[in-house]
Amino acid sequence: MATFGSFCLLIALALAAYNLLAGALALRLLATGQPALISPERLADTARRAGIAGFVAVTGAAFALVWSVFTNDFSITYIVEHSNRALPIAYKFAALWSGQEGSLLLWAWLLGMFGFVLRLRHKTDVRLYAYAGMILAGVQVFFLAVINFAAPPFALLKGAIPDDGNGLNPLLQYPEMVIHPPMLYLGYVGFSVPFAFALGALMMRYPGEKWIRITRTWTMVTWLFLTCGIFLGMHWAYAVLGWGGYWGWDPVENASFMPWLTGTAFLHSVMMQERKGMMKSWNVWLIFSTFLLTLLGTLLTRAGLVSSVHAFAQSSIGTWFVVFMCIVLAVCIFTYVYQRGHLKTEHHLESLVSRESSFLFNNLVLLTACFVILWGTLFPILSEYVEGSKVTVGPPFYNRVAVPIGLFLLFLTGVGPLLPWRATSLKAIKRNFVLPVIALWAMVIVCLVAGVNPWRGGEFSSGSFYALVGFAVSAAVLTAILAEFLRGAGVISRQTGRNLFAATWLLTRRNTRRYGGYLIHIGVVIAVVGLCGSAFNRNVESEMGLNSTMSIGPYTLVQVGATQDSNLNYSSEYAMLDVSKGGKKLFQMTPEKRFYQASGQPQTMVAIHSVPEWDLYVVYEGTNPDTGQPIIKAFLNPLVSWIWFGLVVMVFGTFVALVPSLTPATAALRVPAAQAAPVAPALKGGD
Amino acid sequence: MATRLRFAFWTRAVEVTVLAVAICFSLGASNPSGRLNDLDHRLMCTCGCAQILGECNHVGCTESTQELTELKADIAAGMGDRQILSAFVAKYGATVLAAPPAHGFDLVAWIAPFAVFAAALLGTILLIRRWGGLGGKPQAAVATDPAVLDPEERERLQRIRRETGSDGGF
Repeated sequence: MATFGSFCLLIALALAAYNLLAGALALRLLATGQPALISPERLADTARRAGIAGFVAVTGAAFALVWSVFTNDFSITYIVEHSNRALPIAYKFAALWSGQEGSLLLWAWLLGMFGFVLRLRHKTDVRLYAYAGMILAGVQVFFLAVINFAAPPFALLKGAIPDDGNGLNPLLQYPEMVIHPPMLYLGYVGFSVPFAFALGALMMRYPGEKWIRITRTWTMVTWLFLTCGIFLGMHWAYAVLGWGGYWGWDPVENASFMPWLTGTAFLHSVMMQERKGMMKSWNVWLIFSTFLLTLLGTLLTRAGLVSSVHAFAQSSIGTWFVVFMCIVLAVCIFTYVYQRGHLKTEHHLESLVSRESSFLFNNLVLLTACFVILWGTLFPILSEYVEGSKVTVGPPFYNRVAVPIGLFLLFLTGVGPLLPWRATSLKAIKRNFVLPVIALWAMVIVCLVAGVNPWRGGEFSSGSFYALVGFAVSAAVLTAILAEFLRGAGVISRQTGRNLFAATWLLTRRNTRRYGGYLIHIGVVIAVVGLCGSAFNRNVESEMGLNSTMSIGPYTLVQVGATQDSNLNYSSEYAMLDVSKGGKKLFQMTPEKRFYQASGQPQTMVAIHSVPEWDLYVVYEGTNPDTGQPIIKAFLNPLVSWIWFGLVVMVFGTFVALVPSLTPATAALRVPAAQAAPVAPALKGGD
Repeated sequence: MATRLRFAFWTRAVEVTVLAVAICFSLGASNPSGRLNDLDHRLMCTCGCAQILGECNHVGCTESTQELTELKADIAAGMGDRQILSAFVAKYGATVLAAPPAHGFDLVAWIAPFAVFAAALLGTILLIRRWGGLGGKPQAAVATDPAVLDPEERERLQRIRRETGSDGGF
């Protein structure tokens, strides 16, 4: 199977190279009109078919690796290092992306799959798709070259073949790890598609904004995958690392967050291009940057440039990525300089207080946040270069610099939708902002009364202060968005006689993109509320003998037993803790510590009881070597479940935004446009 | 008169807000447990786990236990925050600090984000001003403005928009 997999990879590389070269030649011939032995259209079509065949070849290679894992083919080095016989089936799949070679193969396979779909849909616009397909083939050539020559997944083991493998990294043996990396990779790789369309459209001086509309679904779905990937990663860190937190500003986490920020900026600013023909150069560079940041993220994860708590697969392929990033950047700069005349804006901003300027500021803040994270991630390298010694840029830096920026962004999330396109009046501003401002101050008062006081006991707590601001701004943003829904739904309700719920449903269906966007904003607000809760985390640690108790918040934990268990994959120690509240027993928790047989590494399995107010999070830290008693650490983490619920709302909002709106003809049957227009600005597609 | 009063009110409000924020940020933790919690979140565990000292929970991590013991001893000995941090840097190296110190070259780490934000903000305002959004002169229509495009090109653009459809957006 190793031979078959290697052969598939070589064939895939050859096909991708043909796709790139033949595609480029065909497009050159088409552009210049030069005579050729073969018609450029036919040549371009052979390139497209080579791309499709390439996907089949990469699929063959991926299948070969998965097959090798399932058949315990320990003649392959990768399988020895990342699997073992006792590994559960779901984690055998995870072995595909648990190591560097496998994860690069996954990248190539996903890129092939995206390219496959794109090439099947080529009739939408044959020439633009040919350009995009050629650019994707260029990216694919790089990844397949790395897989074939620098990090071959089918490299054979030297020496005697062992009976069993080293097993999967215990940190990865958790259900989320079966879906978190593919989600993240779908996000990373997916941004290749809008990048390819943007670069292709610029190369061919594509008229209008059609490429943006074509790639809108791609971009949103990609953004959704990346969002889910990031949140799943947070949940994995929360449930597996056992430190009670979910985000540690680790370089690998930062690497996934940076393209998300630029991708989010792109999703907002393309609306300016679609509606007003503005910010064309900006948008092109946003998507170029996003793609480059996905490569940088992979470089940071793989090359070991910066120390990370979960850089699983470090090696020397960093040079390959640096060279490729330089090539991509050079191509982008050259194409932009050569074709920048095509990107002249059609309109200009008419007012500082308008939807357009809010998008500008939104982009400004998102990119500043991206810069801060990039700067913090790379500063240790810079410091080492300048001063000869490394420094650490950890959470205190980001909390002090990035959190205020995040709160400002949250503020813009609420302000932006309240501003109309082009310009507004002072009266309109007052009308739109009264309710949110009232909500903001009401929340400040509620928080202070509830004890969220940054100055309690004469000491200032920056965490509580940020939480107070976060809660207050969240209340304002939520009020602003709900008011938008109610204003529009109220008009429909009056005109059609529907109840408010049905009117809201119709309103959303009439402009899914706008109201789906609002739902995403609501999801962001809910997640931010959850994040603010971390300012009030509490924890207590204690050695717990039989029947000894521990109290945290309203809960009392009683140790009713500590035992051991084992299976072929791991042995474990765990404590059984009865949890009671107000003297009444509620449930039992069993925090666990595992020791994996194959790798010999320990792993924490945290017990979590989640309710909307907080998470009771219990860690079995091990046993005291002197007394043999288990050491238990319990956390009470407020509002954590809001973060995950925020993701659910964001996913729902994205799906709503992806559904086509009711066509004007259908909508007109429900609400006559002439009636709605003068009184319902919310109904006019964002005007 | 009313405008002047309103202006004075807003000026005073801004002054009070700035003062309040400044006071907030100038206040510091003073009790020993607060100081321990503050300091162990400004230091890293040196075992290579890349975690904050106060949050390192590795089983049998001797480094974090030793560091915490030293930290408690330093606090009990009445050492100031700066003295304690310097002692840790002298013993474990600069990477023991969870954030770059605010002096020397490392000060750049703190200044750069705000400098970039200020520059970007200024750039955005200048851009808007150049476009005429802040009372500046609007630029002359460029060749791609639909109004100055030739009819054939305009029809082509309109046809593309019709064919691809637009549902308005935000």
